[in-house]
Amino acid sequence: MMDSEEASIRQMPKLLTLEERVRTFNEVNLGFNEDQAQKEAARCLQCPKAFCTSGCPANVGIPQFISAIRNGDYKRAIGIICETNSLPAVTGRVCQVEMQCEKACILNKKRVPISIGLLERFVADIALKKGWKKLKCEQSHGGKVAVVGSGPAGLTVAGDLVKLGYDVTVFEAFHKPGGVLVYGIPSFRLPKDVVEKEIKTLEEAGVKFVTNVFVGKTLTLSELFKNGYEAIFIGIGAGAPIILNILGINLSGVYTANEFLVRTVLMKAYLFPKYDTPVDSGRRVVIVGGGNTAVDSARAAVRLGAEEVTIVYRRSEEDMPARREEVLRAKEEGVKVLPLVSPLRFVGDENNHITKLESVRNKLTYIDKTGRPTPISIEGSNFFIKANMAILAIGQRANKAFTQTIPEIKLDRDGYIIVNYESRTSLNRVWAGGDIIGGTATVIQAIGDGKRAALNINKTFDKSVR
Amino acid sequence: MYTILDKVQLAEGIFKVRIDAPLVAKNWKPGQFVVLMVNEAGERIPLTIVDGNSNDCTISLVFQVVGRTTMLLASKNAGDKIFSILGPLGRPSEVKKYGDVVVVGGGVGVAEIFPQARALKSLGNYVIGVVGARTYSRLVLVEELKSICDEIHVCTDDGSYGYRGFVSDLLKRLLEKKDTIGYVYAVGPVQMMKAVSEVTRDRGIRTFVSANPIMIDGTGMCGVCRVIVGGEIKFACIDGPDFDAHLLDFDTLESRLKTYTQRESEVYQKFKGCEYDG
Ligand SMILES: Cc1cc2nc3c(=O)[nH]c(=O)nc-3n(C[C@H](O)[C@H](O)[C@H](O)COP(=O)(O)OP(=O)(O)OC[C@H]3O[C@@H](n4cnc5c(N)ncnc54)[C@H](O)[C@@H]3O)c2cc1C
Ligand SMILES: Cc1cc2nc3c(=O)[nH]c(=O)nc-3n(C[C@H](O)[C@H](O)[C@H](O)COP(=O)(O)OP(=O)(O)OC[C@H]3O[C@@H](n4cnc5c(N)ncnc54)[C@H](O)[C@@H]3O)c2cc1C
Ligand code: SF4
Ligand code: FES
Repeated sequence: MMDSEEASIRQMPKLLTLEERVRTFNEVNLGFNEDQAQKEAARCLQCPKAFCTSGCPANVGIPQFISAIRNGDYKRAIGIICETNSLPAVTGRVCQVEMQCEKACILNKKRVPISIGLLERFVADIALKKGWKKLKCEQSHGGKVAVVGSGPAGLTVAGDLVKLGYDVTVFEAFHKPGGVLVYGIPSFRLPKDVVEKEIKTLEEAGVKFVTNVFVGKTLTLSELFKNGYEAIFIGIGAGAPIILNILGINLSGVYTANEFLVRTVLMKAYLFPKYDTPVDSGRRVVIVGGGNTAVDSARAAVRLGAEEVTIVYRRSEEDMPARREEVLRAKEEGVKVLPLVSPLRFVGDENNHITKLESVRNKLTYIDKTGRPTPISIEGSNFFIKANMAILAIGQRANKAFTQTIPEIKLDRDGYIIVNYESRTSLNRVWAGGDIIGGTATVIQAIGDGKRAALNINKTFDKSVR
Repeated sequence: MYTILDKVQLAEGIFKVRIDAPLVAKNWKPGQFVVLMVNEAGERIPLTIVDGNSNDCTISLVFQVVGRTTMLLASKNAGDKIFSILGPLGRPSEVKKYGDVVVVGGGVGVAEIFPQARALKSLGNYVIGVVGARTYSRLVLVEELKSICDEIHVCTDDGSYGYRGFVSDLLKRLLEKKDTIGYVYAVGPVQMMKAVSEVTRDRGIRTFVSANPIMIDGTGMCGVCRVIVGGEIKFACIDGPDFDAHLLDFDTLESRLKTYTQRESEVYQKFKGCEYDG
């Protein structure tokens, strides 16, 4: 279907002008206005067998909240969403909808699925603005729970348990809570005040946030138990960057996406020197990878003033795991995507600063176990891409800095924490969820994990502690 | 917020601060460090924990003013607050009974070898200190180190105090006379640590250094602190900062440290106007 045809059926959100996009870190997608939201909601068929809900990892009651939107009852709509999803203003912006609910939507057969993500965001933003998200908490009963890590998984556990009357403390290693939502995903996709408001809501409900604590080092799990915490939830994410061990990887100007984004997003290097943390603003930037991290890095580089930004990805463009919308926006902003290319080595100058990337072209062959074709390099197709900055975004893995301090917690081969169907780890009274238990590494999955863990922590308390 | 309890100037451009940080003080071990931010808009920088006292809940840091953040820290005084301190980070140093050991410190590194010197001494080692600085006015904590070490040798690059030359030369002379040394631990500028490792390599003396790459989170999440050790990539913040000097690639460490030299010196020059007391 042509874009224009699609636009005549689906409501299209307003976007920031391109000139403003490439100069600032302001949010690009401005969402629906009420009229658009009503029109989009009116298209929903209210299917009795809601495929959309099954397509959502958190099983949000999609037709139900859309129906509430139609009735103009936005308060009810947000109530329905929050039963299964505690951070709708976040997920409404960052969920991989084209792979989940919108892919499953019956109207996707005609390639015009309901814009479920934007509808969710529409009500979530109203709720945040009007303060409807104030949590109703049961009378406190003194059950003490520690949450380690303040990403979406940890925030969800904290919210669900504080509502049930628990005394919840969240410990975060960074100086600011929010996990990837504050140190990874840039503000042009997820404005930081959205996350701040969510955290404030939790604080107002009584959740305590303690930053600058790396559990395992600043405080150990046994100290937490000694301090009276009766249950511990581990939501530490899987933030260790995978480093390609190729020639030139340690040249200066070669970044991991994590470093680049932590500098830019968390430490606000784009406001240097008002903020003290610097970041290279390379003129020619090459990014290796095809996920959200790669695309976010590319778009951040554009905004930092790069003249030429190229993403090299080893499979085809359609295989890029990044959100479709963001790939589209990145290209509008001038990012070049070079599919079917693998990096071979970085070349540097006499000061050990990167000058170019030697790459090789790939062809696609058999389908691997992830259902994607396997790229193999074409002999003799080597070529150079000039670059004075490179950003490596080839994935993250479990960080062993915490888990190695507590060998009682069983890990799988790749270092992820093993949990059972109740989100329990092999250590008594310790639960885990989010990226650290492996899985899809999405915000909504982390929220779903948090919901399940909170439910089971509460069940255990009912039985044993109280 | 973390309160500075006292601050003293130890030498030209080198300060010591004692900060109220109960959790860090409680679990701290020699060789570990903190990552701190002076204020909310500040940079995150790593500094070695030179001392920690779980009774009065304080840690001590000794730092040399080299750029924007260390200058900002130097401008703070007793009673002032620090925005964020995360620690203790990194693996604790390995301290064992070796017999005769040498701790080598260059510049501000003299302060950073204190925890090792103390720990090595308490295990019954014969501890020899070899310390130096560019010039006499930059030399710190020699008297204090004397009270821990069994023997101490001092040098300055310009000969303004003690032996004239580098700590690595002094160490070499020492090793020529004494063949019982079982362990050497060195902290200082990269070139100094490299020179020390060359001196001990042929003699096959077990030697460890504290790698000092640029760091941000200090928890293994950004990869900026990567170093090459025995051909493998390691993250200094979680796999180190102490590494076997004979396996560490000093040249890569040195060149990666220069990544931001130009941009940072721009800001440094700009802010130099706002004086610190020193
Ligand atoms: C750049 C980028 C873009 C992304 N884009 C999307 C997207 O568009 N859509 C999507 O669905 N997903 C996206 N993701 C993935 C998503 O952000 C993660 O799946 C999600 O944040 C995982 O949540 P979590 O709660 O498990 O952990 P995290 O969000 O990783 O948070 C973990 C927190 O725990 C803290 N921590 C770690 N160890 C300790 C410790 N020992 N003690 C105390 N604190 C600790 C960390 O500092 C961190 O703040 C993106 C990820 C990145 C990096
Ligand atoms: C584990 C560890 C422990 C450390 N302990 C101490 C300590 O106890 N006392 C102390 O004074 N310093 C210590 N350092 C070095 C200290 O972190 C840096 O001097 C500091 O980050 C400089 O910050 P700045 O903003 O003042 O200077 P910047 O403006 O960031 O840098 C100024 C100049 O210093 C160089 N530089 C930047 N980072 C480092 C570094 N890590 N090492 C050496 N030079 C650097 C830059 O290349 C630049 O030329 C330690 C470093 C590490 C990794
Ligand atoms: S599948 Fe699509 S049309 Fe059907 S209820 Fe869900 S959103 Fe509405
Ligand atoms: S400082 Fe970020 S990984 Fe070591």
